[in-house]
Amino acid sequence: MPGPALEPGTQVVMESSDLQKFIDVLWRKGYHVVGPTVRNGVVVYDELKSVTDLPAGWTDEQEGATYRLKKTDGKAFFAYGIGPDSLKKFLHPPVVRLWRARREGAGFQTVEETEEPPKYAFLGVRACDLHAVAAHDRVFTSEEYADPSYARRRRDIFVVAVNCAKAGNTCFCVSMRTGPKATVGFDLALTEILEGERHYFVVEVGSETGAAVLREIPFKEATAAEKSAAERVIAATAGQMRKALDTTNIRELLYDNPEHPFWDEVAERCLTCGNCTMVCPTCFCTAVEDVTDLAGETAERRRHWDSCFTEDFSYLHGGSVRASAKARYRQWMTHKLAAWLDQFGTLGCVGCGRCITWCPVGIDITEQARALRDKGRIERPSVTVGEHASP
Amino acid sequence: MDRRRKPKLAVWKFSSCSGCQLALLNLEDELLQVAGAVDIAYFPEASRAVAKGPYDLSLVEGSITTPHDVERIKDVRRESKYLVAVGACATAGGIQALRNFKDVNEFVSTVYASPEYIETLAKSTPIADHVLVDFELRGCPINKRQLLEVLSAFLHGRRPNTPPHSVCVECKQVGNTCVMVAQGIPCLGPVTHAGCGALCPAYNRGCYGCFGPMETPNPEALSEQWGRLGVGEEEIVRAYRGFNANAEAFRKEGEAREKQDAQS
Repeated sequence: MPGPALEPGTQVVMESSDLQKFIDVLWRKGYHVVGPTVRNGVVVYDELKSVTDLPAGWTDEQEGATYRLKKTDGKAFFAYGIGPDSLKKFLHPPVVRLWRARREGAGFQTVEETEEPPKYAFLGVRACDLHAVAAHDRVFTSEEYADPSYARRRRDIFVVAVNCAKAGNTCFCVSMRTGPKATVGFDLALTEILEGERHYFVVEVGSETGAAVLREIPFKEATAAEKSAAERVIAATAGQMRKALDTTNIRELLYDNPEHPFWDEVAERCLTCGNCTMVCPTCFCTAVEDVTDLAGETAERRRHWDSCFTEDFSYLHGGSVRASAKARYRQWMTHKLAAWLDQFGTLGCVGCGRCITWCPVGIDITEQARALRDKGRIERPSVTVGEHASP
Repeated sequence: MDRRRKPKLAVWKFSSCSGCQLALLNLEDELLQVAGAVDIAYFPEASRAVAKGPYDLSLVEGSITTPHDVERIKDVRRESKYLVAVGACATAGGIQALRNFKDVNEFVSTVYASPEYIETLAKSTPIADHVLVDFELRGCPINKRQLLEVLSAFLHGRRPNTPPHSVCVECKQVGNTCVMVAQGIPCLGPVTHAGCGALCPAYNRGCYGCFGPMETPNPEALSEQWGRLGVGEEEIVRAYRGFNANAEAFRKEGEAREKQDAQS
């Protein structure tokens, strides 16, 4: 098709009425399309076949420990803030079987996992979650510690990002430099625009794979007016954002105050339930368990999500080294905002705010960081890490 | 198959509803496998055929509520190589431990026509208060998958995988939506031991705490949150006075809230 050269960075326009065609093309190309849909009173990611499954006419209100869906009169498909699900559910699933073993005579035979995960296309991914995927890439695909299970799932994904048109009350991507505009890790990025009767998407090309999909649906070059409409949406979202986490010398702040009484205060409220780590799109810790059948004929090793808030997580010979809630909360926050820098060169927090919304008692990492900054002292000289401390 | 003697399994009942023993019979698909792996030597709920002890593995259901129970559990312990307490009665005292918060003699005189024939203890207590227990399997009732896991683990000399963390971890693993955050439904999940597979939240109900306190519970902080959701002290007390009322963390929180309720 003659038309604009679809180089990365090119912006085109797709009418909202062509969104179904777009989804169909992805299925036709062999992708298992996953997108946002309303289930059980929240927006989750699940299989997406039809535009009618998208959360059109829904938005949400979030606060610490509170999430409520609200009906709107609007037609927008993506006028909601992020729900509890991130891509972690698909790329780093809660339970993975690593291998099996079968008894044979006096010995045993191992059976390799050959299951091929679906080739996923994700629709509606927000900028913060793309940074989370980038963080997982660093964790799981480093040369020394590559994880084949993650690599298999991650390799062929197709990502359609959506730039946030609304700031949630608990998210703080602006201060983490991770949003609200998608800048990395997408094949196509959409900005949804409603202007009077017109409903369209400004689509930014992120990769050649993205361009190839685009060529199969109707689109036209974006005008200057359309491009600036998209910019206004993103700027408005950034302007709405209420929460912020000041990352200046955050690593030194955490490393220099491990015994500060501040930690006792947060420990009084912390349930050590682990919800924050489960909904966190970057938390990646797992445990393995071995299971045998009654007859002792087969055994298997499973890997499942674990949390630094459980006692078993830090169990060494003789007991858990982080027996108290204080030690666990400190571990979690210090890892996210300090040790992660040493380990992976970025912060472990993308500012999505899920840990705030889904904490049953509403503990707020931005407030905790602020409280520590107000009360704690930085003793060591500050060191700049990387250019920017965002994942 | 190995030719060693099959391990002998015994299933004992103390003060209980027999629901946990039923979990064993409810294994259905695996029951024949169980019977193949162990010699079911003593299980009155299932069979009148009784083989003498000693037993390799004893599953004990029920709590200790009578002077006779106190003696009988010692006999069971003597006859058992491994003793596993199963269910909320055996691990916490069960629903019948509600007596622990009142004067049992008042109940006895109200309920029975001839109270002089009743010999009962002032408190209902878990098995571990009386004899050494090798493992405790939680739940009211226990989860049959977990029971199978415990049996497999004991047969093969490994530690059972019955994680003591919160129900929340299970909820997130199975993909349930948090009923407390998304719907404002009071839920005991954050202070409750996992194992049920997060059953109630999957049906939009708050957790009832059937599996007792999780490893490091913070019921005080949870009660504060319940208060913010509009739950009164009296209701909070009632929530903790369930099947695991006598489990330490639940008992203490119930007592603390009862005191506050009395003061207000």
